[in-house]
Amino acid sequence: MTVTETTDVLVVGSGFGGAITAYHLAAGGARVVVLERGPWLQGEDFDHDFKLGSSYTRIFDFVVGDGMSLLGGNCVGGGSVVYFAAMPRAPRFVFERRGAIGRRMWPKAVNRDALEPWYDRVAEALPVTRQDWDAVTYSGGLFAAACAHAGRTANPVPVAIDGERCTNCNWMMAGCRFDAKRSLLFNYLPAAVAHGAEVRPMHEVQRLTRNDDGGYRVHYNVVDDEDYRVHTGSGTIDAKIVILAAGAGATPVILQRSAPDLGAMPYAVGRYFSGNGERLNTAILDEDRVADLLGLSRGDGRAYAASQIGKGPCVASWDRLDGTLPEYSRYSLEQLYFPPGFGTILAQVPDATGPTWFGAQKKEIVRRWQSWLTIFTMSEDDNEGVFGPPPPTGNAVRISQQMLGRGPIQYRPTANTLRGWALADADVRDIMERDGLSRVMPWTNDVVGAYTVHPLASCRIGDDPSTSALDDRHELRGHPGIFVTDGSAVPGALTVNPAMTIAALAERAVPGIVQAARQRGVEVTYGAPSPDGATSGRRAALPFVPSLTHR
Amino acid sequence: MTLEAFADTIVPGEKRSPGDEAVAGAASGGGAVAAGAVELLETPAAGLASALGDLARLLNEHARAYADQHGIDLAASLPPFVSLPFPYRTALVGILTAPAHPEREVWVSVALFSNMAFDTAAHMHTLDALAAGHPGLTAMGFSAPQDDGLWRFPVYSYGRELARLHPATTSTGSPA
Repeated sequence: MTVTETTDVLVVGSGFGGAITAYHLAAGGARVVVLERGPWLQGEDFDHDFKLGSSYTRIFDFVVGDGMSLLGGNCVGGGSVVYFAAMPRAPRFVFERRGAIGRRMWPKAVNRDALEPWYDRVAEALPVTRQDWDAVTYSGGLFAAACAHAGRTANPVPVAIDGERCTNCNWMMAGCRFDAKRSLLFNYLPAAVAHGAEVRPMHEVQRLTRNDDGGYRVHYNVVDDEDYRVHTGSGTIDAKIVILAAGAGATPVILQRSAPDLGAMPYAVGRYFSGNGERLNTAILDEDRVADLLGLSRGDGRAYAASQIGKGPCVASWDRLDGTLPEYSRYSLEQLYFPPGFGTILAQVPDATGPTWFGAQKKEIVRRWQSWLTIFTMSEDDNEGVFGPPPPTGNAVRISQQMLGRGPIQYRPTANTLRGWALADADVRDIMERDGLSRVMPWTNDVVGAYTVHPLASCRIGDDPSTSALDDRHELRGHPGIFVTDGSAVPGALTVNPAMTIAALAERAVPGIVQAARQRGVEVTYGAPSPDGATSGRRAALPFVPSLTHR
Repeated sequence: MTLEAFADTIVPGEKRSPGDEAVAGAASGGGAVAAGAVELLETPAAGLASALGDLARLLNEHARAYADQHGIDLAASLPPFVSLPFPYRTALVGILTAPAHPEREVWVSVALFSNMAFDTAAHMHTLDALAAGHPGLTAMGFSAPQDDGLWRFPVYSYGRELARLHPATTSTGSPA
């Protein structure tokens, strides 16, 4: 006989949206179970190795869709373990965006000012710190100097990195071997576990069904440790509250698959997906010009030749984050690093006379890889992504044993999105090609479609039931007791790295979830300090709690 | 041999021997084949191993049709794709991987793994690949790790202010 476990709160996914809510609910006294589809790795488990089967492919997911490919975390800690830890707050104008719906897309209760105390809580918890120029890598410094040469400003980005421990190894996407990246493995997750939360890796949630008591039954498969195409078991857990935080590429799929039992989903489930307007350009530097034009020297005769050295993005150009500019023309440009493979395959040959992304000329530019600088655009796309029917399990049909799968997302960039990319591409060229500094080409979208490392908005908050799946407390419309707190809840592209905003929204959602849990008979209170016991963030945020719970 | 020729079209290399037919010799230094593309494609973890025979057959059918269309004579002793001169291999791979081609997904996958073999040596431990002088990682100038097999770059910064900050930067270092 199969026994169904019970818990108060079942959290699906252990990235920002799952870890933050799990911590607060466990600390407040609720029984919490977190189901995570990926493995639980830490410290020495994180390999410096490109071999298939190393941590790089175990904790990372690459889902190829129709016109859009998604990259995301697949491990305990989710995106926080594989990301580059850039944590800027979203600019003020983002919250006033209208997008294609002709009205403000964010709920009226949320703007930059309203989110500030929740940003502060996250900043205290991780922590997030400003970087000074001494911490900026060669590639970040090169981009800053190029921006200055072009008459522009450039900023070191705030990060969740412990600079004392960081070795600038640039293996961040494989997980941080040196415990320098302040991922969720060091704050919210251990604090949640200390308060009794159970985190179960390799548990992939497939769907939800409703129980007679108004709670939900969560159906999961157990995934093989090594070959993720293989399932080794399955089970169910009953919960009074379900928090979906499986990521913007997976949360809507779980809900779509649940619709036959739960009933119709809000229209916006699996629609309005945003790739955060992302796009990449590769500049191939003329090392002599780097020295002559920018006056840069590593002190050993080399001017740059340092694409391998660093810690992801260090410097961003925010000159186009100007709220007076029209929508779809605002974006940030950020120096970035992708390891070979992800970082090289889609790069195109400048002035190619044959194929742009493969062949003899491509090989020639790959030989100059150490002189590459990758520039990342985050712009305002048009929420044009739509999820097709769900695959049999998970959010993709897995091709390889790990990492690579085929997913149901469809994305056809609109003229608005394409115009923003064209403006950003021209800007990157203006900065990086000025006076012969480098040659620049955008990555091709013809191979795996557009791509994003920051999937968003596929199950978003809003005030309008026809264009948002969640109310402004993150509760799924028409399905009380189901909350969504991951990137899918963010209404649209943010023009900057979104993790800080996803995390702040999750912090902000907690008081409402606690209230819903209490209404369902769970003995839980709101008011936990920061995971390390610090209290200034809590003190600053508490005055805002009543507005999030009184309904 | 057919898949070698495909991988060599993605990242061309020099011929391994004077009689090398699969590798066209369109570039100096080792290419995807020498980098281990076929080993990577044959790795069960990659997920394409069981399909490789069919893919080679399909590729040769495309090559034969392409040769007919363009009046190219194929050597009877070689698989049709291998028999195609390099510029035609390149053109055919371009057609098969173009956005409109119905089989593009599978050919893009083979191309991605061919690239990965050269750019990352994903079928080998990276330390072993570097020690063996892997043609891709070596060509890219991928630097060596420290003695414990881990990468650290103690010197990494120009160490000075290189641009003016955006005037609206907030006290937390974020955009306003």
